[in-house]
Amino acid sequence: MIAGIMFFLLYFGQSFGFSANLRTICGAVGLGKKAKFFDFNWKAQTWNLVFLMGAIIGGFIAYQFLSPANPAVQISQATINDLSKLGIAAPTSLQPVELFSWDAVLSVKGFLVLAIGGLLVGFGSRYAGGCTSGHAISGLADLQLPSLIAVIGFFAGGLIMTFLIFPLIF
Amino acid sequence: MKFIKFLLLGIVFGIVMAKSEAISWFRIQEMFRFQAFHMYGIIGTAVTLGVIGVALIKKFKIRDFHGNPILFLPKEKSIVRYLVGGTIFGLGWALSGACPGPMVVNIGYGFFAMAIVFLFAIVGTFLYGYFKEKLPH
Repeated sequence: MIAGIMFFLLYFGQSFGFSANLRTICGAVGLGKKAKFFDFNWKAQTWNLVFLMGAIIGGFIAYQFLSPANPAVQISQATINDLSKLGIAAPTSLQPVELFSWDAVLSVKGFLVLAIGGLLVGFGSRYAGGCTSGHAISGLADLQLPSLIAVIGFFAGGLIMTFLIFPLIF
Repeated sequence: MKFIKFLLLGIVFGIVMAKSEAISWFRIQEMFRFQAFHMYGIIGTAVTLGVIGVALIKKFKIRDFHGNPILFLPKEKSIVRYLVGGTIFGLGWALSGACPGPMVVNIGYGFFAMAIVFLFAIVGTFLYGYFKEKLPH
């Protein structure tokens, strides 16, 4: 299905890369005056913003009409055990309440986790020139070496966070 | 009207991401702990089909619906930017459990806390653009 979406976008004369939207939004809100990187023809990327709007609607449809009777993600017991050692309970939905409930958001630590996570994703995806869709899917599909290096980086960062930093912050 | 196809593709993308649970923080943790095949199956299937499809497009010089050739632009050669940028991205991916696409699908799904992540991803992108000239590429 994901490959299908990529091919449809190629067929429509575009390419699949979601994080480009972050740059487009910066351009659209006038940050081109602050940094040259955002002084570009962002209107040519309108199709991608429309795709983003569709993704939000898709999430809404999935929740309203297609959500399973048991909303808890069936992750492996090994992961449940590892996470419980970090103080994160077994899933009751798609996301852990320890990170995404209002209580968590309104605590200093909870807010910082979300904010720093977002900052790193935004900064890293543009520095690397793409995110999971642009590198891991589109780039690897075209057998591009830079994308392979980027994906190795994605995993290096993910493993450092999971095994070295999580025990310190949770 | 010319945008409606992109809206529909986005909707399909959102539903697929949500139903495959690729938007779940738990699934991303499971992936980075190598404790299930789930995410590797999703990404692996997409890449495998992608490789075959891209090869066919190149071999048969398939054109898009405007009649233009479908071009695959080689990404610029570098190691530093992909490795360092990728690692920074990976740190954030594991922490927030979402890359940019799943962030907005989560917002639609009702996990509004993800809006904070998305907002700060925009701030992070701005910081990159602001300091771009000073960073090694």
